[in-house]
Amino acid sequence: MIKIFWAFVKKEFYHILRDKRTLLILFGIPVALVLLFGYTVTTEFKDASIDILDYAKDDASTELINHLQSSGHFTVNKFISSEAEMDAGFKEGTSKLVVVIPNNFTSDFYDNNPITIQLITDGSDPNNANTLVQYATNMITTFQRNKLQQPENPFIINVEDRMLYNPQLVSAYNFIPGTIALILLIISAMLTSLTIAREKELGTMEILLVSPLPPLLIILGKVTPYALLSFIDAVLVLVLGYFVFKVPILGSTILLLFACLLYVITALALGTLISTVSKTQQDAMMRSLMGLMMPSMILSGFIFPLASMPKVLQVIGQIIPATYFIEILKGVMLRGVGLKFVIYEIGILTLTTFLLLFFTWKNFKIRLE
Amino acid sequence: MSAISVHNVSKSYGEILALNNLSFSIEDGELFGLIGPDGAGKSTLFRILTTLLIADKGEAYVAGHHVVDDYKSIRQKVGYMPGRFSLYQDLSVEENLSFFATIFRTTIEENYHLVKDIYVQLEPFKTRPAGKLSGGMKQKLALCCALIHKPEVLFLDEPTTGVDAVSRVEFWDMLKSLKEKGIAILVSTPYMDEASLCDRIALIQDGNILKIDKPQHMIRDFDKPLFAVTTSETYKVLKFLRNAQFTASALPFGSSIHLTTSFPVKPSEIKHYVERTGIPVDDVSPVEATIEDVFLELSNKKTI
Repeated sequence: MIKIFWAFVKKEFYHILRDKRTLLILFGIPVALVLLFGYTVTTEFKDASIDILDYAKDDASTELINHLQSSGHFTVNKFISSEAEMDAGFKEGTSKLVVVIPNNFTSDFYDNNPITIQLITDGSDPNNANTLVQYATNMITTFQRNKLQQPENPFIINVEDRMLYNPQLVSAYNFIPGTIALILLIISAMLTSLTIAREKELGTMEILLVSPLPPLLIILGKVTPYALLSFIDAVLVLVLGYFVFKVPILGSTILLLFACLLYVITALALGTLISTVSKTQQDAMMRSLMGLMMPSMILSGFIFPLASMPKVLQVIGQIIPATYFIEILKGVMLRGVGLKFVIYEIGILTLTTFLLLFFTWKNFKIRLE
Repeated sequence: MSAISVHNVSKSYGEILALNNLSFSIEDGELFGLIGPDGAGKSTLFRILTTLLIADKGEAYVAGHHVVDDYKSIRQKVGYMPGRFSLYQDLSVEENLSFFATIFRTTIEENYHLVKDIYVQLEPFKTRPAGKLSGGMKQKLALCCALIHKPEVLFLDEPTTGVDAVSRVEFWDMLKSLKEKGIAILVSTPYMDEASLCDRIALIQDGNILKIDKPQHMIRDFDKPLFAVTTSETYKVLKFLRNAQFTASALPFGSSIHLTTSFPVKPSEIKHYVERTGIPVDDVSPVEATIEDVFLELSNKKTI
């Protein structure tokens, strides 16, 4: 039996290594996706160009403007003289934010009079606008604190925030776990469902069925090579994240790799289940793209937070394996937690895997119809 | 014990009746041909016998095992070559053969004697991917793969379709020598000229078996006078002959017309009869019936 199994695995490796397209999906996509997400999906910004509407034009206002530029986040594009000019900057796209400094800024500032500084942004791009306002507000607060040498004002509540585990809010910390989850899903689920569908399409499944091979052996022989290669991919992405995007791995590497392996098996089980219902490669491709990729990308909390979604979508998000896997990855990689803290997620993934395998086995057709 | 026995098997796909109440049996070491046009139901029958499909009605046994209840035993004992080339195109000749040997729990060496005659022709190309072989070579490789585990019953679904004439002759020679090794072979073909190479044949059309017999007997039993009419005006002559008083049937046959008559007529009389209408006729001569004539006769009878 073992000999037959290895013959099957060997045959599967021949298929993979001789097909350039499969090889490209296997090793090209992970690298491309990581780099793409790494350099495009980012909430950080540098050198946002801003306009200044300075009614005061005095010492303190000049210092404030210098302070804003000192961080490297903002560069002043233009000093404007009236509110009417604001619009032009937004419309041309030369300015992302306008800082309006009121009259008598210096005197009011040192006299401790209430001052209102206006921050005007382009609301058509809300994410960006929010971040810009947040940054600018922070900088103005520190400016005030530094200048007046006053510690915290005892009469107002000061909010001080710290972002634990990712103090600089580096977006790579979020997308590396998400990307691993996605890539493993594409490779494990899509490629296995494709390879089984291909045997059906080419008619070789017909010969395999009319042979003493037990169905379980056909399934295992098909998935083993992909399990191995997907696992290599997981390591590849982790290494890329670690060295290119400096995403740390604080927790146990063994636990991390174990979680990857478990998730790979879950995804493979999904792939084989898809293949039992699809007759052609195209069919399998559509099912895995629509049924797996899209929900895993959107509903797993990878790009959009689950908590802000409608109840129905939250429930769907709860049954997607990627949701749990991303939780485990973030826990182990960023927070450095041990097995105890991710045991719930691991339990869910294990249960899902067994359920999927059960359905696959129930669904596997020992005949042609 | 018969190698294959089929009792009242019917199968339909939705509304379409693919097999209509078929019964026949094949003995050990017999080369049995299933002759019929595309869509006659040949592949469906193959799939029922190779346990890939379940018949709606009727029972079938292969190598003594029931095709549904005991499908696992059958899968150990039969060799199957589907109608479409179904090997791994990206694996080499040798890799394909060795893979199929392994999944049937054997090795190329162990049963090399069975495939030797065929494999020596493939040997020069053994490192070539199966997808890059010629049509004839592909079929020889597929036959090797179906044979490598020493099956008791061999199912070959249209093995010579799309194969050149020389390779077809070679292929049938191979089947003959396999038969001598005691393997029962069920082979289907749309080529009527291959029928005479079988021990017995079943003529099949639209899911019905028209006749089962030895091909020589079928030809011998063809009792009507048969003439080949050659003319440049095939269509006109055909139309005219169909209305002639002596005609039993007139059917296009290759480039000529095969005419059967209900009573003996001289060829010259037929020629004159047609020529009187002004249509030129090159030749009319009596010919010996072929399986195709038998088939056309039977299928014609059925439709009338």
